[in-house]
Amino acid sequence: MIRRASHWLSVTYALLVYAFLYAPIIVLVVYSFNRSRLNTVWTGFTFEWYGKLLQNGDILEATRTTLVVAVISTLAATALGTLVAVGMYKYHFRGKTALDGMLYIPIVIPEIVLGIAMLIFFTQVHIPLGLISLIIAHVTFCLPFVAIVVRSRLQGFDRSVEEAAMDLGANQWQTFVQVMLPLIMPGVVAGALLAFTMSVDDVIISFFVVGPSTTTLPIKVFSMVKFGVTPEINALSTIMLLVTLTIVIFAERLMKRGA
Amino acid sequence: MRESLSLQYPVDPSSGQVRRPQWQRFGPLWTVFPASLWLVAFIAVPLGLVVVVSFFVRGTYGGIEYVFSLDNYVRLFDPLYVRILFVSLAIAFATTLITAWIGYPFAYIVARAPARWRSVLLMLIIVPFWTNSLIRTYAMIVLLRTEGVINTVLMNLGVISHPLPMMYNEFAVMVGMVYEFLPFMILPLFASIEKFDWTLLEAAGDLGARPWKAFLHVTLPLTFPGVIAGSLLVFIPSLGFFFIPDLLGGSKVMLISNLIKNQFLSARDWPFGAALSIGLIVITLILLGVYFRLLGNKRDLEVF
Repeated sequence: MIRRASHWLSVTYALLVYAFLYAPIIVLVVYSFNRSRLNTVWTGFTFEWYGKLLQNGDILEATRTTLVVAVISTLAATALGTLVAVGMYKYHFRGKTALDGMLYIPIVIPEIVLGIAMLIFFTQVHIPLGLISLIIAHVTFCLPFVAIVVRSRLQGFDRSVEEAAMDLGANQWQTFVQVMLPLIMPGVVAGALLAFTMSVDDVIISFFVVGPSTTTLPIKVFSMVKFGVTPEINALSTIMLLVTLTIVIFAERLMKRGA
Repeated sequence: MRESLSLQYPVDPSSGQVRRPQWQRFGPLWTVFPASLWLVAFIAVPLGLVVVVSFFVRGTYGGIEYVFSLDNYVRLFDPLYVRILFVSLAIAFATTLITAWIGYPFAYIVARAPARWRSVLLMLIIVPFWTNSLIRTYAMIVLLRTEGVINTVLMNLGVISHPLPMMYNEFAVMVGMVYEFLPFMILPLFASIEKFDWTLLEAAGDLGARPWKAFLHVTLPLTFPGVIAGSLLVFIPSLGFFFIPDLLGGSKVMLISNLIKNQFLSARDWPFGAALSIGLIVITLILLGVYFRLLGNKRDLEVF
């Protein structure tokens, strides 16, 4: 009897926490289809706000910038991150601890610090703020995440396969491309997907390095929210949520966590 | 494993050193070098510049004047800024405590859920973890503002006659912080509770420990690394999320994150902003130091 009661108590508690996590997002999504501009009373279903987004030149331009930055920085961060993960897994070298520490900096340090550090850096070395500074910054904060995801995949890697390939006469590069890479590929793709979502969603670091003439979607959302609540923001948020949701589910499947 | 690999190569009889083929010796170079170079150029150098700039002064028109000065650090101890730092730390601490309080039982329940449900339940925590933090803050605004969903519903139900002032105060910032960082707490908690060996609990029970005592003396200490890792992942970033106090606190709540942001925007006092950031870095380093002293495991922080 007591056991049963505590069981239902647990279920209720878990449901309440899930409700807390999801209710605000669900409300936001529902109002993106609301005919009224007010985000409070339901007055009927419409796609109007999504249509308005498509006619908004600023938002289309921001979307373009966001995607360009995300694709380029994902590719670069994935290449650099995968290589460094493999290298750190395979070799001992001087400065390895320092490198390991540096990889953790973007993960542990408050983002705002990295943001202003980059802003100061770009202005001091005269790199103009805009597309280039955004890409450099995004590669920098994505790289460690890729490296760590790939490294966790490498932990299950059977070294004898690599030795066998080299015994059979493959050189280092061939072993890497033909043996190692296919085996760690799910980790690499998962890392790339996570890098992509991080780039698309980044607010804090982008805020500092975006410059006056460029804008990304999250920065656009930030400036829109400051002027108030509108169904256009709900619609734009819904689209961005959907993108993240799809990518994250896919990435987590690849990492086979909790499966 | 690594040893056996190197033993395959012939040993040079004169020096006793392992003679590795050329590509083996340059292996680290082409794998590790590009990323190392990148991280030095775009993390180490910029952070070094923050330190340097924090010792300069603000120029007349907001730029940086290259004159050595400790003024920025002296200013940090101005009661006004000490108060802001204190409030920021208090809010970060409260956020950590509340998320741990809500998160621990929740993670415990999810970790003990039937296996066929667990992966779905876990995915439902991972999704908010990755969801855009700004959008989640916006969702809170939709609920909390004066004309917001909660006030409208409560007024229509006749529970309240005037809208509750739920925005632009410390309460709103706290709710926003807890909402934002709860997944950051739950994931490491879940990871450590899931690893827990439940037979230990049975053993404690067999030896006569009451359930709550067994929990206090067995489960909690063994899952504590998760609590600490979660606390770190909540406390440190919560100090830097300027848009939560900006949007939910309005102009009424000034935290260190807005203060830093403003130095680079409206006030345009970069050297002072740099000094404030150094303050944040020092706090981060102290907490990390304590963390490694207590647990010494970076891997517990890798919950993504």
